[in-house]
Amino acid sequence: MEVTYLGVIIKAILILAIISAIAGFGTYIERKVLAFMQRRLGPMHVGLYGLLQIAADGIKLFTKEDFIPQNANKFIFMLAPIITAATAFIALSAVPVFPDFTIFGVFVPSIAADVNIGILFVLGMMAAGLYGPLLAGMSQANKWGLLGAARTAAQFISYEVVTGLSLLAPIMMVGSLSLIDFNHYNETHPWMVFMQPLAFVLFLIAGFAETNRTPFDLLENEAEIIAGYATEYSGMRWGMFFIGEYANMITVAVLASIIFLGGYTDLWFIPGWLAIILKIAFMFFLMLWVRASWPHVRPDQFMWLAWKVLMPLAVINVVITGIVIMV
Amino acid sequence: MSLEHFKNRNVGTQNYRMLDLDPTPVTGWGKFKQVVRRSLSLELLVGLKVTLREMIKALFFGGMHTTKYPFEKLPIGPRYRAIHEMKRLLESGHYRCIGCGLCEKICPADAIRIDTAYGEDQRKHVEEYTINFGRCIFCGYCAEVCPELAIVHGGRYETASEQRASFSLFDDMLTPIDQLTNQKEFPGYGSVSVQADKNIKKTPLAY
Repeated sequence: MEVTYLGVIIKAILILAIISAIAGFGTYIERKVLAFMQRRLGPMHVGLYGLLQIAADGIKLFTKEDFIPQNANKFIFMLAPIITAATAFIALSAVPVFPDFTIFGVFVPSIAADVNIGILFVLGMMAAGLYGPLLAGMSQANKWGLLGAARTAAQFISYEVVTGLSLLAPIMMVGSLSLIDFNHYNETHPWMVFMQPLAFVLFLIAGFAETNRTPFDLLENEAEIIAGYATEYSGMRWGMFFIGEYANMITVAVLASIIFLGGYTDLWFIPGWLAIILKIAFMFFLMLWVRASWPHVRPDQFMWLAWKVLMPLAVINVVITGIVIMV
Repeated sequence: MSLEHFKNRNVGTQNYRMLDLDPTPVTGWGKFKQVVRRSLSLELLVGLKVTLREMIKALFFGGMHTTKYPFEKLPIGPRYRAIHEMKRLLESGHYRCIGCGLCEKICPADAIRIDTAYGEDQRKHVEEYTINFGRCIFCGYCAEVCPELAIVHGGRYETASEQRASFSLFDDMLTPIDQLTNQKEFPGYGSVSVQADKNIKKTPLAY
Protein backbone atom coordinates (compact mmCIF):
# COMPACT_ATOMS: atom_id res chain seq x y z
CA MET A 1 0.00 0.00 0.00
CA GLU A 2 1.59 3.21 -1.13
CA VAL A 3 0.55 6.55 0.30
CA THR A 4 1.23 9.48 -1.98
CA TYR A 5 1.06 13.10 -1.00
CA LEU A 6 -1.12 13.87 -3.97
CA GLY A 7 -3.57 11.17 -3.00
CA VAL A 8 -3.83 12.47 0.55
CA ILE A 9 -4.42 16.02 -0.66
CA ILE A 10 -7.08 14.89 -3.10
CA LYS A 11 -8.80 12.90 -0.38
CA ALA A 12 -8.66 15.82 2.04
CA ILE A 13 -10.28 18.09 -0.53
CA LEU A 14 -12.88 15.44 -1.30
CA ILE A 15 -13.74 15.04 2.38
CA LEU A 16 -14.08 18.79 2.77
CA ALA A 17 -16.22 19.17 -0.32
CA ILE A 18 -18.43 16.14 0.13
CA ILE A 19 -19.01 16.50 3.84
CA SER A 20 -19.80 20.21 3.49
CA ALA A 21 -22.29 19.37 0.79
CA ILE A 22 -23.82 16.56 2.84
CA ALA A 23 -23.95 18.81 5.89
CA GLY A 24 -25.85 21.37 3.84
CA PHE A 25 -28.10 18.70 2.43
CA GLY A 26 -28.55 17.35 5.96
CA THR A 27 -30.29 20.56 6.98
CA TYR A 28 -32.74 20.05 4.14
CA ILE A 29 -33.29 16.40 5.12
CA GLU A 30 -33.74 17.39 8.74
CA ARG A 31 -36.38 19.97 7.91
CA LYS A 32 -38.18 17.56 5.63
CA VAL A 33 -38.17 14.66 8.09
CA LEU A 34 -39.27 16.83 11.00
CA ALA A 35 -42.02 18.25 8.82
CA PHE A 36 -43.24 14.81 7.77
CA MET A 37 -43.32 13.63 11.35
CA GLN A 38 -45.48 16.63 12.20
CA ARG A 39 -47.55 15.98 9.06
CA ARG A 40 -46.36 19.13 7.34
CA LEU A 41 -44.74 19.50 3.95
CA GLY A 42 -41.54 21.28 4.90
CA PRO A 43 -39.68 23.42 2.37
CA MET A 44 -41.51 23.14 -0.94
CA HIS A 45 -41.15 26.25 -3.05
CA VAL A 46 -37.46 26.77 -3.80
CA GLY A 47 -36.75 24.36 -6.59
CA LEU A 48 -38.35 20.94 -7.00
CA TYR A 49 -39.74 19.89 -3.60
CA GLY A 50 -37.64 22.62 -2.02
CA LEU A 51 -34.36 21.01 -3.02
CA LEU A 52 -32.75 24.37 -3.69
CA GLN A 53 -33.60 25.57 -0.20
CA ILE A 54 -29.96 24.90 0.71
CA ALA A 55 -28.85 27.36 -1.96
CA ALA A 56 -31.26 29.96 -0.63
CA ASP A 57 -30.01 29.38 2.91
CA GLY A 58 -26.42 29.62 1.74
CA ILE A 59 -27.02 32.92 -0.03
CA LYS A 60 -28.75 34.22 3.07
CA LEU A 61 -25.91 33.18 5.35
CA PHE A 62 -23.21 34.61 3.11
CA THR A 63 -24.89 37.95 2.59
CA LYS A 64 -25.94 38.56 6.17
CA GLU A 65 -24.18 41.17 8.22
CA ASP A 66 -21.15 39.76 10.02
CA PHE A 67 -21.89 41.15 13.43
CA ILE A 68 -19.32 41.38 16.23
CA PRO A 69 -20.57 42.73 19.57
CA GLN A 70 -18.86 45.77 21.02
CA ASN A 71 -17.43 44.21 24.18
CA ALA A 72 -16.58 40.87 22.65
CA ASN A 73 -13.04 39.59 22.50
CA LYS A 74 -12.80 40.05 18.78
CA PHE A 75 -10.05 37.59 17.96
CA ILE A 76 -11.48 34.68 19.94
CA PHE A 77 -14.97 35.52 18.77
CA MET A 78 -13.82 35.16 15.18
CA LEU A 79 -11.72 32.09 15.89
CA ALA A 80 -14.34 29.97 17.69
CA PRO A 81 -16.52 28.91 14.73
CA ILE A 82 -13.42 27.97 12.79
CA ILE A 83 -12.39 25.62 15.61
CA THR A 84 -15.75 23.88 15.53
CA ALA A 85 -15.81 23.43 11.77
CA ALA A 86 -12.13 22.52 11.47
CA THR A 87 -12.07 19.89 14.22
CA ALA A 88 -15.20 18.30 12.79
CA PHE A 89 -13.50 17.88 9.41
CA ILE A 90 -10.14 16.82 10.88
CA ALA A 91 -11.90 14.07 12.80
CA LEU A 92 -13.29 12.74 9.55
CA SER A 93 -9.81 12.39 8.04
CA ALA A 94 -9.11 9.31 10.15
CA VAL A 95 -12.43 7.62 9.48
CA PRO A 96 -12.66 5.00 6.74
CA VAL A 97 -15.97 5.16 4.94
CA PHE A 98 -15.69 2.94 1.88
CA PRO A 99 -13.83 -0.23 1.10
CA ASP A 100 -10.51 0.26 -0.70
CA PHE A 101 -10.91 0.44 -4.46
CA THR A 102 -8.91 0.80 -7.65
CA ILE A 103 -9.54 3.71 -9.97
CA PHE A 104 -7.64 4.36 -13.24
CA GLY A 105 -5.27 1.56 -12.27
CA VAL A 106 -4.36 3.29 -9.02
CA PHE A 107 -5.05 1.49 -5.77
CA VAL A 108 -6.86 3.87 -3.44
CA PRO A 109 -7.18 3.11 0.25
CA SER A 110 -10.29 5.10 1.09
CA ILE A 111 -9.04 6.78 4.23
CA ALA A 112 -7.13 10.03 4.26
CA ALA A 113 -4.90 9.23 7.21
CA ASP A 114 -4.64 5.61 8.33
CA VAL A 115 -3.37 6.32 11.82
CA ASN A 116 -3.12 3.28 14.04
CA ILE A 117 -4.89 5.09 16.88
CA GLY A 118 -7.90 5.99 14.74
CA ILE A 119 -10.55 5.91 17.44
CA LEU A 120 -8.44 7.85 19.88
CA PHE A 121 -7.72 10.47 17.24
CA VAL A 122 -11.37 10.86 16.27
CA LEU A 123 -12.55 11.07 19.86
CA GLY A 124 -9.75 13.51 20.66
CA MET A 125 -10.68 15.74 17.75
CA MET A 126 -14.35 15.71 18.71
CA ALA A 127 -13.33 16.58 22.25
CA ALA A 128 -11.15 19.40 20.96
CA GLY A 129 -14.22 20.64 19.14
CA LEU A 130 -15.71 21.63 22.47
CA TYR A 131 -13.38 24.61 22.46
CA GLY A 132 -15.54 26.08 19.68
CA PRO A 133 -18.74 26.57 21.69
CA LEU A 134 -16.77 27.17 24.89
CA LEU A 135 -14.67 30.03 23.53
CA ALA A 136 -17.60 31.37 21.53
CA GLY A 137 -19.74 31.62 24.63
CA MET A 138 -17.02 33.16 26.77
CA SER A 139 -15.82 35.71 24.23
CA GLN A 140 -19.11 37.27 23.20
CA ALA A 141 -19.86 39.35 26.31
CA ASN A 142 -23.37 38.00 26.57
CA LYS A 143 -24.83 36.27 29.60
CA TRP A 144 -26.73 33.72 27.54
CA GLY A 145 -23.53 32.95 25.70
CA LEU A 146 -21.73 32.52 28.99
CA LEU A 147 -24.41 30.14 30.27
CA GLY A 148 -24.10 28.20 27.03
CA ALA A 149 -20.35 28.02 27.47
CA ALA A 150 -20.72 26.74 31.02
CA ARG A 151 -23.12 24.09 29.83
CA THR A 152 -20.73 23.19 27.02
CA ALA A 153 -17.93 22.53 29.45
CA ALA A 154 -20.15 20.46 31.73
CA GLN A 155 -21.85 18.51 28.98
CA PHE A 156 -18.96 17.72 26.68
CA ILE A 157 -16.52 16.79 29.39
CA SER A 158 -19.06 14.53 31.12
CA TYR A 159 -19.99 12.76 27.95
CA GLU A 160 -16.43 12.38 26.73
CA VAL A 161 -16.00 10.08 29.72
CA VAL A 162 -19.01 8.00 28.73
CA THR A 163 -17.98 7.80 25.07
CA GLY A 164 -14.48 6.70 25.90
CA LEU A 165 -15.54 4.12 28.47
CA SER A 166 -18.31 2.73 26.30
CA LEU A 167 -15.87 2.24 23.40
CA LEU A 168 -13.31 0.65 25.69
CA ALA A 169 -15.11 -2.69 25.74
CA PRO A 170 -15.19 -3.08 21.92
CA ILE A 171 -11.58 -1.92 21.79
CA MET A 172 -10.64 -4.66 24.26
CA MET A 173 -12.36 -7.26 22.13
CA VAL A 174 -10.76 -6.11 18.88
CA GLY A 175 -7.39 -5.39 20.46
CA SER A 176 -6.69 -2.41 18.26
CA LEU A 177 -7.50 1.27 18.05
CA SER A 178 -7.51 1.37 14.27
CA LEU A 179 -10.94 1.70 12.72
CA ILE A 180 -9.83 -0.47 9.82
CA ASP A 181 -9.10 -3.30 12.25
CA PHE A 182 -12.58 -2.82 13.64
CA ASN A 183 -13.98 -3.29 10.18
CA HIS A 184 -11.88 -6.43 9.60
CA TYR A 185 -13.06 -7.78 12.95
CA ASN A 186 -16.63 -7.48 11.73
CA GLU A 187 -15.84 -9.64 8.71
CA THR A 188 -15.12 -12.69 10.84
CA HIS A 189 -17.37 -12.08 13.81
CA PRO A 190 -21.02 -11.13 14.27
CA TRP A 191 -21.68 -7.43 14.45
CA MET A 192 -20.37 -5.74 17.56
CA VAL A 193 -23.84 -4.49 18.42
CA PHE A 194 -24.92 -8.06 19.21
CA MET A 195 -21.89 -8.71 21.39
CA GLN A 196 -21.83 -5.31 23.09
CA PRO A 197 -25.43 -4.03 23.08
CA LEU A 198 -24.92 -2.02 26.24
CA ALA A 199 -21.84 -0.32 24.83
CA PHE A 200 -23.84 0.51 21.69
CA VAL A 201 -26.64 2.16 23.65
CA LEU A 202 -24.17 4.07 25.80
CA PHE A 203 -22.25 5.21 22.74
CA LEU A 204 -25.45 6.36 21.08
CA ILE A 205 -26.53 8.37 24.10
CA ALA A 206 -23.10 9.92 24.51
CA GLY A 207 -22.91 10.54 20.76
CA PHE A 208 -26.19 12.47 20.87
CA ALA A 209 -24.83 14.51 23.76
CA GLU A 210 -21.53 15.21 22.04
CA THR A 211 -23.09 16.28 18.78
CA ASN A 212 -25.49 18.44 20.69
CA ARG A 213 -28.59 16.73 19.35
CA THR A 214 -32.07 17.18 20.70
CA PRO A 215 -32.65 15.28 23.86
CA PHE A 216 -29.38 16.81 25.02
CA ASP A 217 -29.04 20.08 23.10
CA LEU A 218 -28.69 22.12 26.24
CA LEU A 219 -25.93 24.31 24.80
CA GLU A 220 -28.32 26.22 22.64
CA ASN A 221 -31.67 25.35 24.16
CA GLU A 222 -33.63 28.30 22.87
CA ALA A 223 -36.37 27.99 25.45
CA GLU A 224 -33.95 28.50 28.30
CA ILE A 225 -30.88 30.38 27.09
CA ILE A 226 -31.90 32.02 23.76
CA ALA A 227 -29.33 30.34 21.54
CA GLY A 228 -26.64 29.62 24.12
CA TYR A 229 -23.15 29.97 22.77
CA ALA A 230 -24.44 31.03 19.34
CA THR A 231 -26.52 33.95 20.61
CA GLU A 232 -24.40 36.74 19.14
CA TYR A 233 -23.35 34.95 15.98
CA SER A 234 -24.81 35.74 12.60
CA GLY A 235 -24.18 35.01 8.99
CA MET A 236 -21.48 32.61 7.97
CA ARG A 237 -19.88 32.41 11.41
CA TRP A 238 -23.09 30.93 12.72
CA GLY A 239 -23.22 28.81 9.58
CA MET A 240 -19.82 27.33 10.43
CA PHE A 241 -21.11 26.18 13.81
CA PHE A 242 -23.96 24.59 11.93
CA ILE A 243 -21.72 22.84 9.43
CA GLY A 244 -19.52 21.65 12.28
CA GLU A 245 -22.53 20.22 14.09
CA TYR A 246 -23.71 18.35 11.02
CA ALA A 247 -20.20 17.10 10.23
CA ASN A 248 -20.03 15.80 13.80
CA MET A 249 -23.36 14.06 13.34
CA ILE A 250 -21.95 12.35 10.27
CA THR A 251 -18.80 11.39 12.19
CA VAL A 252 -20.81 9.81 14.97
CA ALA A 253 -22.99 8.03 12.42
CA VAL A 254 -19.90 6.67 10.65
CA LEU A 255 -18.27 5.61 13.92
CA ALA A 256 -21.40 3.80 15.05
CA SER A 257 -21.69 2.10 11.67
CA ILE A 258 -18.08 0.95 11.60
CA ILE A 259 -17.63 -0.04 15.22
CA PHE A 260 -21.00 -1.54 15.98
CA LEU A 261 -22.95 -2.13 12.79
CA GLY A 262 -20.49 -4.05 10.68
CA GLY A 263 -18.91 -1.19 8.76
CA TYR A 264 -18.33 -1.62 5.03
CA THR A 265 -18.22 -5.38 4.89
CA ASP A 266 -20.52 -6.92 2.32
CA LEU A 267 -23.93 -7.74 3.70
CA TRP A 268 -25.72 -10.64 1.97
CA PHE A 269 -26.15 -9.33 -1.55
CA ILE A 270 -25.53 -5.68 -0.68
CA PRO A 271 -22.03 -4.46 -1.61
CA GLY A 272 -20.02 -2.91 1.20
CA TRP A 273 -20.08 0.67 -0.03
CA LEU A 274 -23.87 0.64 -0.28
CA ALA A 275 -24.24 -1.13 3.06
CA ILE A 276 -22.32 1.55 4.92
CA ILE A 277 -24.19 4.35 3.17
CA LEU A 278 -27.45 2.75 4.28
CA LYS A 279 -26.14 2.38 7.83
CA ILE A 280 -24.95 5.99 7.98
CA ALA A 281 -28.23 7.17 6.53
CA PHE A 282 -30.15 5.20 9.13
CA MET A 283 -28.06 6.60 11.96
CA PHE A 284 -28.61 10.13 10.60
CA PHE A 285 -32.32 9.46 10.31
CA LEU A 286 -32.35 8.14 13.86
CA MET A 287 -30.99 11.46 15.10
CA LEU A 288 -33.77 13.36 13.32
CA TRP A 289 -36.37 10.83 14.44
CA VAL A 290 -35.34 11.23 18.05
CA ARG A 291 -35.42 14.99 17.69
CA ALA A 292 -39.00 14.81 16.44
CA SER A 293 -40.07 12.50 19.24
CA TRP A 294 -38.46 13.29 22.54
CA PRO A 295 -38.37 16.40 24.70
CA HIS A 296 -35.27 17.99 26.20
CA VAL A 297 -33.90 16.87 29.51
CA ARG A 298 -33.19 19.31 32.30
CA PRO A 299 -29.50 20.11 32.87
CA ASP A 300 -29.50 18.51 36.33
CA GLN A 301 -31.15 15.35 35.00
CA PHE A 302 -28.57 15.41 32.29
CA MET A 303 -25.60 15.42 34.65
CA TRP A 304 -27.34 12.87 36.84
CA LEU A 305 -27.68 10.63 33.80
CA ALA A 306 -24.04 10.99 32.84
CA TRP A 307 -22.36 10.46 36.17
CA LYS A 308 -24.79 8.28 38.11
CA VAL A 309 -26.14 6.02 35.39
CA LEU A 310 -24.13 5.92 32.20
CA MET A 311 -20.62 6.04 33.61
CA PRO A 312 -21.15 3.23 36.19
CA LEU A 313 -22.84 1.15 33.50
CA ALA A 314 -19.91 1.73 31.16
CA VAL A 315 -17.41 0.74 33.85
CA ILE A 316 -19.38 -2.40 34.71
CA ASN A 317 -19.50 -3.24 31.01
CA VAL A 318 -15.74 -2.89 30.72
CA VAL A 319 -15.14 -5.05 33.80
CA ILE A 320 -17.48 -7.81 32.62
CA THR A 321 -15.94 -7.75 29.14
CA GLY A 322 -12.49 -8.04 30.68
CA ILE A 323 -13.51 -11.03 32.80
CA VAL A 324 -15.11 -12.75 29.81
CA ILE A 325 -12.00 -12.18 27.68
CA MET A 326 -9.69 -13.53 30.41
CA VAL A 327 -11.68 -16.64 31.15
CA MET B 1 -84.68 14.08 18.95
CA SER B 2 -86.76 13.88 22.04
CA LEU B 3 -86.78 16.42 24.81
CA GLU B 4 -85.01 13.96 27.11
CA HIS B 5 -82.08 13.93 24.80
CA PHE B 6 -81.64 17.69 25.09
CA LYS B 7 -82.10 17.71 28.83
CA ASN B 8 -79.02 15.57 29.35
CA ARG B 9 -76.38 18.26 29.49
CA ASN B 10 -73.45 16.01 30.35
CA VAL B 11 -71.92 16.45 26.93
CA GLY B 12 -68.49 15.04 27.73
CA THR B 13 -67.84 11.70 26.14
CA GLN B 14 -67.65 10.12 29.59
CA ASN B 15 -65.01 7.72 28.36
CA TYR B 16 -62.30 8.83 30.72
CA ARG B 17 -59.33 6.52 31.12
CA MET B 18 -57.72 6.66 34.50
CA LEU B 19 -53.96 6.43 34.52
CA ASP B 20 -52.87 3.74 36.92
CA LEU B 21 -49.91 5.64 38.22
CA ASP B 22 -47.94 4.10 41.03
CA PRO B 23 -47.45 6.26 44.10
CA THR B 24 -44.30 8.37 43.92
CA PRO B 25 -41.46 6.47 45.58
CA VAL B 26 -39.93 8.12 48.61
CA THR B 27 -37.11 5.78 49.54
CA GLY B 28 -33.90 5.57 47.54
CA TRP B 29 -34.48 1.92 46.78
CA GLY B 30 -37.97 2.70 45.48
CA LYS B 31 -36.62 5.43 43.21
CA PHE B 32 -33.95 3.09 41.92
CA LYS B 33 -36.50 0.42 41.15
CA GLN B 34 -38.65 2.95 39.30
CA VAL B 35 -35.73 4.11 37.15
CA VAL B 36 -34.78 0.54 36.27
CA ARG B 37 -38.36 -0.42 35.49
CA ARG B 38 -38.92 2.61 33.27
CA SER B 39 -35.61 2.15 31.46
CA LEU B 40 -36.08 -1.53 30.78
CA SER B 41 -39.71 -1.29 29.74
CA LEU B 42 -38.50 0.72 26.69
CA GLU B 43 -41.11 3.43 27.10
CA LEU B 44 -38.97 5.73 24.99
CA LEU B 45 -39.58 3.57 21.95
CA VAL B 46 -43.30 4.29 22.22
CA GLY B 47 -42.58 7.94 21.45
CA LEU B 48 -40.51 6.95 18.44
CA LYS B 49 -43.33 4.72 17.27
CA VAL B 50 -45.84 7.57 17.40
CA THR B 51 -43.78 9.93 15.26
CA LEU B 52 -42.96 7.23 12.73
CA ARG B 53 -46.64 6.33 12.49
CA GLU B 54 -47.54 9.97 11.86
CA MET B 55 -44.85 10.21 9.18
CA ILE B 56 -46.11 7.11 7.38
CA LYS B 57 -49.68 8.40 7.64
CA ALA B 58 -48.65 11.77 6.22
CA LEU B 59 -46.56 10.42 3.38
CA PHE B 60 -48.51 7.42 2.17
CA PHE B 61 -52.07 7.81 3.41
CA GLY B 62 -52.79 11.43 2.57
CA GLY B 63 -52.66 12.68 6.12
CA MET B 64 -50.72 15.82 5.29
CA HIS B 65 -52.26 18.82 7.02
CA THR B 66 -50.61 21.61 5.07
CA THR B 67 -52.73 23.99 3.02
CA LYS B 68 -50.44 25.68 0.52
CA TYR B 69 -52.04 28.98 1.37
CA PRO B 70 -51.54 31.38 -1.49
CA PHE B 71 -52.31 28.58 -3.93
CA GLU B 72 -55.01 26.82 -1.95
CA LYS B 73 -57.55 28.51 0.23
CA LEU B 74 -59.81 27.11 2.88
CA PRO B 75 -63.51 27.89 2.44
CA ILE B 76 -64.69 30.83 4.47
CA GLY B 77 -67.89 31.03 6.48
CA PRO B 78 -70.83 32.82 4.89
CA ARG B 79 -71.13 35.17 7.87
CA TYR B 80 -67.59 36.43 7.43
CA ARG B 81 -67.47 40.23 7.00
CA ALA B 82 -64.64 41.10 4.63
CA ILE B 83 -64.37 43.65 1.82
CA HIS B 84 -67.78 44.73 0.57
CA GLU B 85 -69.34 43.73 -2.70
CA MET B 86 -71.87 45.69 -4.70
CA LYS B 87 -74.36 43.49 -6.47
CA ARG B 88 -76.11 43.93 -9.79
CA LEU B 89 -79.63 43.14 -10.89
CA LEU B 90 -79.59 39.82 -12.66
CA GLU B 91 -82.12 40.79 -15.34
CA SER B 92 -80.79 44.13 -16.56
CA GLY B 93 -77.24 44.10 -15.26
CA HIS B 94 -77.81 47.51 -13.69
CA TYR B 95 -76.40 48.01 -10.23
CA ARG B 96 -78.89 47.45 -7.46
CA CYS B 97 -77.99 50.50 -5.43
CA ILE B 98 -80.85 52.99 -5.42
CA GLY B 99 -78.81 55.75 -3.78
CA CYS B 100 -81.00 55.93 -0.67
CA GLY B 101 -78.00 56.76 1.52
CA LEU B 102 -79.00 54.55 4.46
CA CYS B 103 -75.59 52.93 4.57
CA GLU B 104 -73.87 56.29 4.72
CA LYS B 105 -76.19 57.34 7.50
CA ILE B 106 -75.81 54.27 9.67
CA CYS B 107 -72.05 53.86 9.26
CA PRO B 108 -70.66 54.30 12.78
CA ALA B 109 -67.18 55.01 11.46
CA ASP B 110 -68.23 57.54 8.85
CA ALA B 111 -66.45 55.52 6.27
CA ILE B 112 -68.99 55.59 3.48
CA ARG B 113 -69.54 58.54 1.19
CA ILE B 114 -72.25 58.50 -1.44
CA ASP B 115 -73.11 61.17 -4.02
CA THR B 116 -76.21 60.93 -6.10
CA ALA B 117 -77.73 62.97 -8.87
CA TYR B 118 -80.65 62.80 -11.29
CA GLY B 119 -79.54 61.46 -14.59
CA GLU B 120 -80.93 62.15 -18.05
CA ASP B 121 -83.51 59.41 -17.58
CA GLN B 122 -84.86 61.14 -14.47
CA ARG B 123 -83.64 58.34 -12.25
CA LYS B 124 -81.40 58.70 -9.29
CA HIS B 125 -77.88 57.72 -10.22
CA VAL B 126 -74.96 56.96 -7.99
CA GLU B 127 -72.32 59.45 -9.02
CA GLU B 128 -69.73 58.47 -6.49
CA TYR B 129 -69.63 55.76 -3.88
CA THR B 130 -66.54 55.16 -1.78
CA ILE B 131 -65.79 53.26 1.41
CA ASN B 132 -62.72 54.42 3.30
CA PHE B 133 -61.22 51.15 4.41
CA GLY B 134 -58.86 52.97 6.71
CA ARG B 135 -61.91 53.78 8.81
CA CYS B 136 -64.25 50.89 8.14
CA ILE B 137 -64.65 48.65 11.18
CA PHE B 138 -66.41 45.89 9.23
CA CYS B 139 -69.42 45.97 11.53
CA GLY B 140 -71.79 45.02 8.75
CA TYR B 141 -74.47 47.64 9.49
CA CYS B 142 -74.36 48.97 5.93
CA ALA B 143 -75.19 45.58 4.54
CA GLU B 144 -77.85 45.08 7.16
CA VAL B 145 -79.76 48.28 6.42
CA CYS B 146 -79.51 48.03 2.67
CA PRO B 147 -83.11 47.62 1.44
CA GLU B 148 -82.04 46.20 -1.93
CA LEU B 149 -79.33 43.73 -0.83
CA ALA B 150 -77.08 45.89 -2.99
CA ILE B 151 -74.14 46.18 -0.62
CA VAL B 152 -73.07 43.00 1.12
CA HIS B 153 -69.91 41.71 2.67
CA GLY B 154 -67.82 39.42 0.53
CA GLY B 155 -65.19 36.86 1.40
CA ARG B 156 -62.19 38.78 0.13
CA TYR B 157 -60.07 38.83 3.26
CA GLU B 158 -56.66 39.55 1.77
CA THR B 159 -56.67 43.28 2.30
CA ALA B 160 -52.97 44.07 2.13
CA SER B 161 -52.46 46.68 -0.55
CA GLU B 162 -50.29 49.60 -1.48
CA GLN B 163 -53.33 51.83 -1.75
CA ARG B 164 -56.47 51.75 0.32
CA ALA B 165 -58.20 53.05 -2.77
CA SER B 166 -57.54 49.72 -4.46
CA PHE B 167 -60.63 48.35 -2.78
CA SER B 168 -62.78 51.29 -2.07
CA LEU B 169 -64.17 52.54 -5.36
CA PHE B 170 -67.66 51.66 -6.45
CA ASP B 171 -66.53 50.06 -9.68
CA ASP B 172 -64.04 47.84 -7.86
CA MET B 173 -66.67 46.49 -5.55
CA LEU B 174 -69.31 46.12 -8.22
CA THR B 175 -69.69 42.69 -9.78
CA PRO B 176 -67.99 42.83 -13.19
CA ILE B 177 -70.61 42.85 -15.90
CA ASP B 178 -69.18 39.79 -17.63
CA GLN B 179 -69.31 37.89 -14.34
CA LEU B 180 -72.98 38.63 -13.90
CA THR B 181 -74.11 35.05 -14.36
CA ASN B 182 -71.64 33.94 -11.69
CA GLN B 183 -72.85 36.48 -9.16
CA LYS B 184 -73.63 34.68 -5.94
CA GLU B 185 -76.53 35.79 -3.87
CA PHE B 186 -75.72 36.74 -0.31
CA PRO B 187 -77.27 34.04 1.88
CA GLY B 188 -78.34 36.63 4.42
CA TYR B 189 -77.42 37.37 7.98
CA GLY B 190 -77.60 34.50 10.36
CA SER B 191 -76.98 32.08 7.55
CA VAL B 192 -75.24 28.96 8.76
CA SER B 193 -71.95 27.61 7.50
CA VAL B 194 -71.85 24.76 5.05
CA GLN B 195 -70.83 22.14 7.60
CA ALA B 196 -73.17 23.46 10.27
CA ASP B 197 -75.14 20.23 10.76
CA LYS B 198 -71.97 18.28 11.36
CA ASN B 199 -70.34 20.80 13.65
CA ILE B 200 -73.30 21.50 15.89
CA LYS B 201 -72.94 20.46 19.52
CA LYS B 202 -74.88 20.89 22.66
CA THR B 203 -73.70 23.64 24.93
CA PRO B 204 -72.12 22.06 27.96
CA LEU B 205 -73.64 23.39 31.15
CA ALA B 206 -72.23 20.94 33.71
CA TYR B 207 -68.58 20.16 33.74
